[in-house]
Amino acid sequence: MPLIETTGLRKEFTVRRKAGRFRRRRHAVAAVDGIDLAVERGEMLGYIGPNGAGKSTTLKMLTGVLSPSGGEARVCGLRPVAQRTRLARRIGVVFGQRSQLWWDLPLRESFRLLRYVYRVPSAEHAARLAECRRLLDLDEFLDTPVRQLSLGQRMRGEITAALLHGPEVLFLDEPTIGLDVVSKQAVRSFLADLGAAGDTTLVLTTHDLADIEKLCRRLVVIDHGRVVHDGSLAELHARYDSRRRVVVDLDAPWDGTPVPAGATVETVAADGFRVTFGLAGGTAGDLVAALAGTGSLRDVSVLEPDIEEVVARLYAEPA
Amino acid sequence: MADRPTTAAAYRALLGAQLRAQTQYRFSFALDTAASALITLLDVVSVLVLFRVTPALAGFSFTDSLLIAGLANAAFQLCDMCVGNIDTMREYIRTGRFDAVLLRPLRVLPQLVFGDFSPRRIGRAAQALVVLVVALSLADVTWTPARTVLVVIAPLSGAVIFGAVFVAGSTTAFWFVESGEFANAFTYGGRDFTIYPVGIYPGWFRAVFAYSLGFAFVAYFPGLALLGRPDPLGTPGFLPWCSPLVAVLAATAAALVWRVGVRHYRSTGS
Repeated sequence: MPLIETTGLRKEFTVRRKAGRFRRRRHAVAAVDGIDLAVERGEMLGYIGPNGAGKSTTLKMLTGVLSPSGGEARVCGLRPVAQRTRLARRIGVVFGQRSQLWWDLPLRESFRLLRYVYRVPSAEHAARLAECRRLLDLDEFLDTPVRQLSLGQRMRGEITAALLHGPEVLFLDEPTIGLDVVSKQAVRSFLADLGAAGDTTLVLTTHDLADIEKLCRRLVVIDHGRVVHDGSLAELHARYDSRRRVVVDLDAPWDGTPVPAGATVETVAADGFRVTFGLAGGTAGDLVAALAGTGSLRDVSVLEPDIEEVVARLYAEPA
Repeated sequence: MADRPTTAAAYRALLGAQLRAQTQYRFSFALDTAASALITLLDVVSVLVLFRVTPALAGFSFTDSLLIAGLANAAFQLCDMCVGNIDTMREYIRTGRFDAVLLRPLRVLPQLVFGDFSPRRIGRAAQALVVLVVALSLADVTWTPARTVLVVIAPLSGAVIFGAVFVAGSTTAFWFVESGEFANAFTYGGRDFTIYPVGIYPGWFRAVFAYSLGFAFVAYFPGLALLGRPDPLGTPGFLPWCSPLVAVLAATAAALVWRVGVRHYRSTGS
């Protein structure tokens, strides 16, 4: 049986809109509009889509925070809202904006308190904490009150807090948003290792393509509350022919130098000094090496395919 | 497993964390405590002031009225000590912090009660009990076993009735986030109502607050039972002993409203 299973999951919100000077008309807006999903134990699932697509709303229904307006959800075999407290013990949740930590107390205190809240035997708790301290470099700020932590430090604390009870599923809502490069790397590689170990199922929402590449073997793309793609990232790019782009600035106008297989010239600026290549295969390195041979290469930048753009195209496509 | 903490330990840990966090702000804590001591005294002083201009209130002498005020105050302060902080729930809902409460493997109401407990309220409750003892010693009470039991149960039942109103009132925040003043009309309004004998209120108002919402069972009816006098308003003689029953009904109703409210929680954007 899948660890997470939803059938026709829906959430409607009633919105009051102005209709004349004093009158308000009530509209039912479906934030999540019939989602069918099955996630097996040990999967690493990226749940992506544009802002307002219904990502957070889905996660909140799966974790028992919001009651669905329709459809069914089962997580670890439990109904999230009806069996909320039992489920809470078996899942970990990192919602960046909703801290699980005690603001005025040192980080170490929050971890100690969570042992009581989740009723974890002390040996288990100590072992998991020791591992997180090592892998997430927590030691230097363990005695700092949470309110004084940097965002990156706090996020590392939040992830630890969500794992101390050994959850079967870890839900993360935008775990790397707003972090500096170093913290992003630390969080990403920690989560990659956690997922690779296979005991913990990861479900995360993100806008960051690097997160998706490193952490999500499977992508579920939603828009307007519906699933528009379910598969790997490669399948997504193949289906929409999205490719990385290499933009080069030259000292001399573009002369049509042969480029390696997989690279194609997409646009050439009017004066010929700037050329954009699309990469369907091969590496940016091969392309740059070939261009460097001409001696006129001045500057290079690589543009990752834009996931938002892909999603926008996905939705524009007739079903 | 012997080493697994109990649920009680979880709530104790929440309470301990809250107390430690509070002591981080010592000055504001001291100021709060002093201010709240003053407020409790003012409630009783208001009864004294009234009797400067009238010898009796709705047929009740000064000492009888003081007993009713003392019972009302004790009930309110006991309730306020336990669930007065439920007001913070509105803030939790507005900011979305309520999500974090729902994500923990603990029941919501005890989490709020223990996690936001404010120790200064212990002082107020203790003061209210002292005032009640003084009022009891001044009043003309013929002690019987039944009245001895009642004098202990009455403030507790009253606290439960107030608590039910607090919980049900705070639940409105699930539907209307800015509902604070509406709920306060019944909680703090209820406290002010119960201080005086219900006979001083006009008919329709009395019908709503005293009987429909049950506020007469907080202090007025137990007061009658303790004093051993019939209700000047002519209600049946068994009513003064019914406060515990009303408390159970009120708590049940509040629990139902609460459950519906939590299901209506909408959270906020991510």
